[in-house]
Amino acid sequence: MPRLAGEPLVDDRTLRTTPLNRAHRAAGARMVPFAGWDMPVQYTGVLDEHMAVRTQAGMFDVSHMGEIEVRGPEAQALLQHVTSNDVSRLTAGKIQYTALTTPDGTFVDDLLIYERGDGDYLLVVNAGNAAKDFDWLRYHAKGFEVRVEDVSDGYFQIALQGPKAEAILQPLTTTALGGIKYYAFERGEVAGAPCLVSRTGYTGEDGFELYGPAEAAEKVWYALLAAGAPHGLVPAGLAARDTLRLEAKMALYGNDIDETTSVLEADLAWIVKLEKGDFLGRDALVRQKTEGLTRKLVGFETEGRAVARHGYPALAEGAAVGTVTSGTFSPYLKKNIGLAYLPIALATPGTRFSVEIRGRAEAAVVVPTPFYKRAR
Amino acid sequence: MIPNDRRYTKEHEWVAVAGSTATIGITDFAQAELGDIVYVELPEVGRSVSAGDVLGTIESVKAVSEIYAPVSGKVAEVNAALGQKPETINTDAYGAGWICKLTLAQPGEVEALLDADAYRALTGS
Repeated sequence: MPRLAGEPLVDDRTLRTTPLNRAHRAAGARMVPFAGWDMPVQYTGVLDEHMAVRTQAGMFDVSHMGEIEVRGPEAQALLQHVTSNDVSRLTAGKIQYTALTTPDGTFVDDLLIYERGDGDYLLVVNAGNAAKDFDWLRYHAKGFEVRVEDVSDGYFQIALQGPKAEAILQPLTTTALGGIKYYAFERGEVAGAPCLVSRTGYTGEDGFELYGPAEAAEKVWYALLAAGAPHGLVPAGLAARDTLRLEAKMALYGNDIDETTSVLEADLAWIVKLEKGDFLGRDALVRQKTEGLTRKLVGFETEGRAVARHGYPALAEGAAVGTVTSGTFSPYLKKNIGLAYLPIALATPGTRFSVEIRGRAEAAVVVPTPFYKRAR
Repeated sequence: MIPNDRRYTKEHEWVAVAGSTATIGITDFAQAELGDIVYVELPEVGRSVSAGDVLGTIESVKAVSEIYAPVSGKVAEVNAALGQKPETINTDAYGAGWICKLTLAQPGEVEALLDADAYRALTGS
């Protein structure tokens, strides 16, 4: 058994820790290095944690995520310039999923933008990209009347996800959760700590993401655990977060999207608003739309037991035609699923192709996505 | 936790010898590192392997890992029950979660493997 894939050799002493590190270790979590952070990959087991989120509730420490404030009279103008979605459609209390784009229409990062008020935005970005995004924003902010500030260190972030999330959280807050719609947020108190309560998530379930001051992280974590225990709430790690997001076909930066994949190729046309005016990468995206895409990110299933994983070649008639970007055994569907970039001619559901797994061509078929969609 | 009746490799396989037959599996430490196991690719019965050859593959939800032959020999039997219940390795790595049996080609190779104390030291357990 060689060193496990996905666990690079790192000097543990250089890893950053979230304000909940002590809580994870006390709970016996298995800790791994992730994007420079010492993070819980699982507590009891990925399958149990995954199913708890689908059927009851799970909570994740996602304090490693980066938070960047963009404020000032021209904050909206800057964000319109550097992202592909239309920031002008946001109003105070609403959230938007979008991409920070390169001039090629590819991803600097994918992120959420929270509008807290006029000219006051909070950007929530991937941990591994936080420094890059901050530099990118600062660079492009020249000439705009705006202040860009990395406030990541001050925040904890806890994701409470699953059908029981609202029932668990409501007794701990004065905020009326029923009034918060999907992709909206309110400021409130959770277990006595001032928090931003956001109806968002990365699992395909209903749920909340809570942002609050780092020093209150443990208090909120333990209050949620206690309130959630009767509802079947369990702490869940990065492994379950990955299988959950993949079943819901939510992209993972570094796996499915990066600086070489365009927002349109990633099948995220709904966050590309070409009519909003000029923005970085617009010309490239217009060209792709006009000329037609050559490849697209699609969902697939494999029939065999072997799992198609990130980087495995996709084959058609014996030739490499694309690449698998994510793959896993789906704990909910009990079959092997994945995402791959395939030529447009092969991107239609029902199309058969192969994935090369350890030298063998394993049968695969393009399927509609998301793989999992919760009942509403 | 780590049985004294067998030998170990630095790659976290165990070897239990009875006569000329060596039963092979992965250690409890290894199964815990892998997490929930969903598939085991077993070797073909009758195949001859040298120490260090890839015997098979174990897939957990989050990772894939190869199983190396700790010693040389011919595959005499595989644990076919793992086809339906690969998670047996998670629950009983040293017992029902065995992977295959080899007929030893060079019994002396076993002596070169780690004993339980050395493996305990390696894994800090």
